[in-house]
Amino acid sequence: MNTTFMTTPKPDLNWELPARGRTAMFCLIAAESAIFTIFVVAYLFYIGKSLTGPMPKDLLSAPIFYTICLLSSSLTIHLAVSALRRGNIGTFGTWWLGTLALGAAFLYGTANEWHRLIYVDGLTISTNLFGTTYYSLVGLHGFHVIVGLLCLSIVMGFTLLGSVKQEHVERAEVLSLYWHFVDAVWIVVFLVVYVIGR
Amino acid sequence: MSTDAISTLTAEMPSRPLVARLHEWVTTVDHKRLGILYILYALFFLVIGGIEAAIMRIQLIRPHYNFVSPGLFNQMFTMHGTTMIFFVVMPLLFGFANYLIPLMIGARDMAFPRLNAFSFWLTAFGGIFLYFSFLGANGLYGAGSAPDVGWFAYAPLTSQTFSPGHSTDFWTLSLLVSGFGSIGTAINIIATVLCMRCPGMTLGKMPLLVWLNLVMAVLVILAVSPLTAAQVMLLVDRYLGGHFFDTQAGGSAVIWMHFFWIFGHPEVYVLVLPAFAFISEIVPVFSRKAIFGYPAMVAASICIAFIGMSVWAHHMFTVGMNSNANTFFVLTTMAIAVPTGIKIFNWLATMWGGKIHFKTPMLFAIGFLFQFLIAGLTGIMLGVAPFNWHLGNSYFVVAHFHYVIVGGILFAAFGAFYYWFPKMSGKMYSEALGRLHFWLFVIGFHLTFDFMHIPGLLGMPRRIYTYEPGRGWDTWNLIVTIGVFFQAAGILIFLGNLLWSYFRGETAGSDPWDAWTLEWSTSSPPPEWNFPVVPVVRSRRPLWDLKHPSDPDWKYE
Repeated sequence: MNTTFMTTPKPDLNWELPARGRTAMFCLIAAESAIFTIFVVAYLFYIGKSLTGPMPKDLLSAPIFYTICLLSSSLTIHLAVSALRRGNIGTFGTWWLGTLALGAAFLYGTANEWHRLIYVDGLTISTNLFGTTYYSLVGLHGFHVIVGLLCLSIVMGFTLLGSVKQEHVERAEVLSLYWHFVDAVWIVVFLVVYVIGR
Repeated sequence: MSTDAISTLTAEMPSRPLVARLHEWVTTVDHKRLGILYILYALFFLVIGGIEAAIMRIQLIRPHYNFVSPGLFNQMFTMHGTTMIFFVVMPLLFGFANYLIPLMIGARDMAFPRLNAFSFWLTAFGGIFLYFSFLGANGLYGAGSAPDVGWFAYAPLTSQTFSPGHSTDFWTLSLLVSGFGSIGTAINIIATVLCMRCPGMTLGKMPLLVWLNLVMAVLVILAVSPLTAAQVMLLVDRYLGGHFFDTQAGGSAVIWMHFFWIFGHPEVYVLVLPAFAFISEIVPVFSRKAIFGYPAMVAASICIAFIGMSVWAHHMFTVGMNSNANTFFVLTTMAIAVPTGIKIFNWLATMWGGKIHFKTPMLFAIGFLFQFLIAGLTGIMLGVAPFNWHLGNSYFVVAHFHYVIVGGILFAAFGAFYYWFPKMSGKMYSEALGRLHFWLFVIGFHLTFDFMHIPGLLGMPRRIYTYEPGRGWDTWNLIVTIGVFFQAAGILIFLGNLLWSYFRGETAGSDPWDAWTLEWSTSSPPPEWNFPVVPVVRSRRPLWDLKHPSDPDWKYE
């Protein structure tokens, strides 16, 4: 008896709410930003506080090429999502694959740098404060790149199987938001580690 | 028509075998069942955490008492604090949020039901993992290897050198895991509130409970994430030989304090905002008036969240910060009293001139108002840095924050239990037992925590396992411990009341309080789909509009 009354008034209500996928992704990004903030603060706080060498200025050189790779992957994923919105699955797949490749290239760059630091320069996470903060911050970001690449690969797999359709554009967009965040965080990490930190 | 469907469903329920029903509870993604699971889980740990508190109080009942060993005492206060914050109050509040938010906004479920179940089981695993420390690791002899570093686990006590074995790892990993659960729930709450409201329920027409839980969820995201980061750093230090908090290698112990309290202080508001939420629903209904100053209440909540993010270092005055930092944190701590005061005055103004019904939920709400005010006043005292230098780390601090958490949050939660028990179970609780619980708990609470301030003022530090006679602390500690027995009796009566009423209570009906928010428009307990037809609302009190079609609220809002 309650329900009959409650549905009667105002049928002309224009009722639109934000999409829950986007909302939740923005919340996740806020939470992740808070985590990164703590690591960045720790990095900045410990600059120059290592009691023993090696120091950042002896070892680090800015990975300009790989940074360009990662940042341009934001552009390619944007183009991919736009193509999907138009219903152009082929173009979507191409740009999506390009994003994957650029992300993988960045990860290769990090792996290369870590290999050199560990085996040539002898800097590990337990060497000094620089090692601890550097591997934690860059590693945390690298972990997010890996998670992003796994998610992108799953979508790529579905695309190759032919099950990605125009109607899935919102989900692809939610994933692209995460990827943009990973790229944006790299700008901060790059500035902190390779510009301010040296 | 819809009620027929509901009654046939409930009639079918008991006929299924027990295993099938339990299986349904374990695999459920329904927000109401998960809410109840959260609440039962919290009640279980409330009893455990209470037993730990009782053990500590018995140990301190007289000087030089040997009830437990110093080592076990350290484990007791660590486990008590960690349990009560992370595995009692947070799950309890998440449980009520889970149960009530979709019902209050006229939704079918949370925005992400499976994420909801995942978050619950993460939290549940965290608590079980923490308590496994009594048995696991090097354990099974003596008391196992439960964490003993205090609930804020200051460095360098947590380093491998000073905390060998795995006790600290149990602490940090269980908080890491349950922290992910909390973040998942917070994301879910925000997405639910923003994206799932029924037609007509604009942000300005949401019940205050929903508003306050929204603010709480934002705070969880901003506060629990730093704790997660700090726990990862601690793990790096302990397992990979890192130096974040290793003073021998240039690391800083103070930065752990900062990272912990950047979580720790907003956490207080994470816990207290849902308590405010309960009071904001209970006080108007039992005063028979609409809430006074709804926009001011919302604004004050958001203010508390903002200022609450910038007061953390008032936990660290005794560490020795520079005078600029001290001044800043004193001022922000004073400032946060303003929006909190606004709330207290609004609740009082709601009661003013109302026709107050002194049912059990209202008794607890009034207890909350009085006790939370005193808790706030001692908070302001401790927020003054010079005063804090004298009483930091004393029993005065312990008395203050138990006044907040027991006198404030737990009283509000008891009120919420009695208020929504008829909705969740479909049965009325026993009013007589409810009142007995209230009075026992009020007496016990005041015996314990009023008198706990005094040994603090007389210089008794917290976390000591025993003390010398003749310092003037003896009688006070005796009184404090006596209060514990009243509280324990109150809790037993509370649990007995819940059980008895669930099986033997009178049928409550869908709206026993003549209340005004949407959850009372559906049956008790609500059907799986919540509302047979999606409701449409036009004011903050949709059921008032329904009951008084000639004088609806939306004409005045």
